Amino acid sequence: MKFICALAFAALSSTAQADRIFVSNERGNTVSVIDGTTWEVLTEFDAGLRPRGIIVSPDGKKLYVCASDDNLVRVFDTATYEEIHTLPSGPDPELFVLDPSGQRLYVANEDDNLVTVVDTETHEVLAEVPVGVEPEGMAVSPDGKFVVNTSETTNMAHFIDTETNVIRYNALVDQRPRYAGYSQDGKRLYVTAEIGGTVTVFDIASDGSPTEVGKIRFDVPGVQTEWLQPVGGLVTKDGKLLFVALGPSNRVAVVNTETLEVEKYILVGERVWQLAFTSDEKYLLTTNGNSNDITVIDVARQEALRSIQVGQQPWGVAVAYGLN
Amino acid sequence: MTPRLIAALTLFSLLAVSAMSASALEIKMAMVRVDYPELRPISRLEEKAQDIGFAGAELALQDIATTGQFMGHSYELETDSVASEDLLTRVAELRAEGFGIIALSARAAELIAAADSASDLLFLNIAATDTRLRSADCRANMLHITPSAAMRADAVAQFSAVKQWKRWFLVYGSNPSDITLADEYRRAAQKFGLSITDEREILDTGGARRADTGHVAVQRQIPVLVQNPKDHDVVIAADASDVFAPYLPFHLWTPRPTMGAAGLRPVSFNPATESWGGMQFQSRFDKLAGRYVTEADYDAWLALRAIGEAVVRTGVNDPAELRSFMLSEEFELAAFKGQPVTFRNWNGQMRQPVLLYDGRINASVSPQEGFLHQFSPLDTLGLDRPESVCDLFERDQR
Repeated sequence: MKFICALAFAALSSTAQADRIFVSNERGNTVSVIDGTTWEVLTEFDAGLRPRGIIVSPDGKKLYVCASDDNLVRVFDTATYEEIHTLPSGPDPELFVLDPSGQRLYVANEDDNLVTVVDTETHEVLAEVPVGVEPEGMAVSPDGKFVVNTSETTNMAHFIDTETNVIRYNALVDQRPRYAGYSQDGKRLYVTAEIGGTVTVFDIASDGSPTEVGKIRFDVPGVQTEWLQPVGGLVTKDGKLLFVALGPSNRVAVVNTETLEVEKYILVGERVWQLAFTSDEKYLLTTNGNSNDITVIDVARQEALRSIQVGQQPWGVAVAYGLN
Repeated sequence: MTPRLIAALTLFSLLAVSAMSASALEIKMAMVRVDYPELRPISRLEEKAQDIGFAGAELALQDIATTGQFMGHSYELETDSVASEDLLTRVAELRAEGFGIIALSARAAELIAAADSASDLLFLNIAATDTRLRSADCRANMLHITPSAAMRADAVAQFSAVKQWKRWFLVYGSNPSDITLADEYRRAAQKFGLSITDEREILDTGGARRADTGHVAVQRQIPVLVQNPKDHDVVIAADASDVFAPYLPFHLWTPRPTMGAAGLRPVSFNPATESWGGMQFQSRFDKLAGRYVTEADYDAWLALRAIGEAVVRTGVNDPAELRSFMLSEEFELAAFKGQPVTFRNWNGQMRQPVLLYDGRINASVSPQEGFLHQFSPLDTLGLDRPESVCDLFERDQR
């Protein structure tokens, strides 16, 4: 067993990727930084009150963190971990997305039924878009024309036209939608429903309109279905596989996006929440809120390789590519 | 083209591009609360706010109206408090005004009378825990949101079984509702293999309530009433009338934990629940009402939220159609309890976890792990299909 671990470690080390991994620790009020080559925890820095949503700017230089209980977004330098400035976010920001240019930030304000649009350069609030109750999941279409927000109590995905900041389409999904994600070609959208226990799959037409084409369901022998709660999700670049974090069941499902069948369940840490790929998509990282660690999954082999201890109650994970 | 016509066309084109069928629909719902003459509670922390229940209904209206605006659905909510003798008149008025759905906070007798007076209306019981309303005294046009006394007693019994607290000392009041509640605990003990090693009745003489001498009198009386019990692991307080239970935990003869009406209590919700997204519900409620949520508010919220969900999924406002959808397998609702809540199609009871609350935190939540059921672990709480004698529901759906 030790020998296998050593081999795995060697394999990891040899694929020298200069990724830097950032994990928001919701209860610890910090961000943990992990070297994507050695898997070493480099540091843990203060990130404001109740950090949850976390993303890296397209150029890899800035780290955006939703400091939910500070009611703002904190922006850090990904190299020095210094706070550069803050951005207004509206109250209780939880999750957000950047448009592909990095110019606009779209923030879900859970307590106020709004999506706030913020200019990352002028730091101004450009618009507030009224959405359903308890907005949560956020996705941006690869062409930047639509931002999708899911509202947990309304049980809808709202498609916001980014030109007008007005909702163009609404689509019903199952109970407590948590995450929305487009495939890279923009032709598919996946929406997880935590309490519904499903992922709703939409085909996206050229005008951005959604058509529901199926539902993904989960079943693990010996595990109560109530525990199989889909939360975070992520599609591979080729669009062939969808990974779904199943919360308190401590598993990540690997879904074939053609058949919409689960191919495998990978056992990870406790209460698995959000997911991120490394730059080469060799590894999938999962945040595990109750075991205070992240799991590194080998994407090709669909196996968990190791877990890395981070701060208290890790929530989100983002990867800065190409840093030294 | 007149401005009004342009506006209408714009609206139409907005609806037309929507990904789902959005059509104008109006839903008229009422929440009626019967206020009975009552003594003040033993603890002033349990004094009832003027808007108890109504605030929960208002929050539900906000929630479902927000969703409704995306679907072209509009909701109207009427909230009324009435004396019991005026209930049927009010129900008749609401019916005449076109209200098809009434969430009703009342005791069993008034619930039954109201349901029988308007068979085309759908009633949602948001207060009465009487198990007989889910069995021999069920009504086809009444669904039960609040967990039955049987569900609550089973929730306590499961936890007790998990803790290996297998010997109960049952202390019950002398009013009919206390006697019925004691029977629920006797049944629950048998269901989960627990034994009642001793029992005591505490007579409600009308003088045991909060008084100037308060704890002084109680400190003398209660230990005498419960002295020298046979060996037991836990004390079960069956006090539906709020006469003695709050005094029990610290005036026992033998020091043991108390569950039931004091100590660890089975409840549908409480202001301490943060898990399962509950914090968001609490924030919204606190902001709206300026106070903490009560079970009555949560049950009212849940009733109207269930209606809203059924309207969203069916696109209809007819009470009978909504009822049949709510009883179907397609209905499910997230209710800040970690798993979807649904309805039992044999008696109209909402399936849901029961929280075990010590007054500050949820010590546990039933059903407990390991209590299995061929259909749903939630059906280990309360009357299961073969146990209910209600025959007014379409039993063959599931």
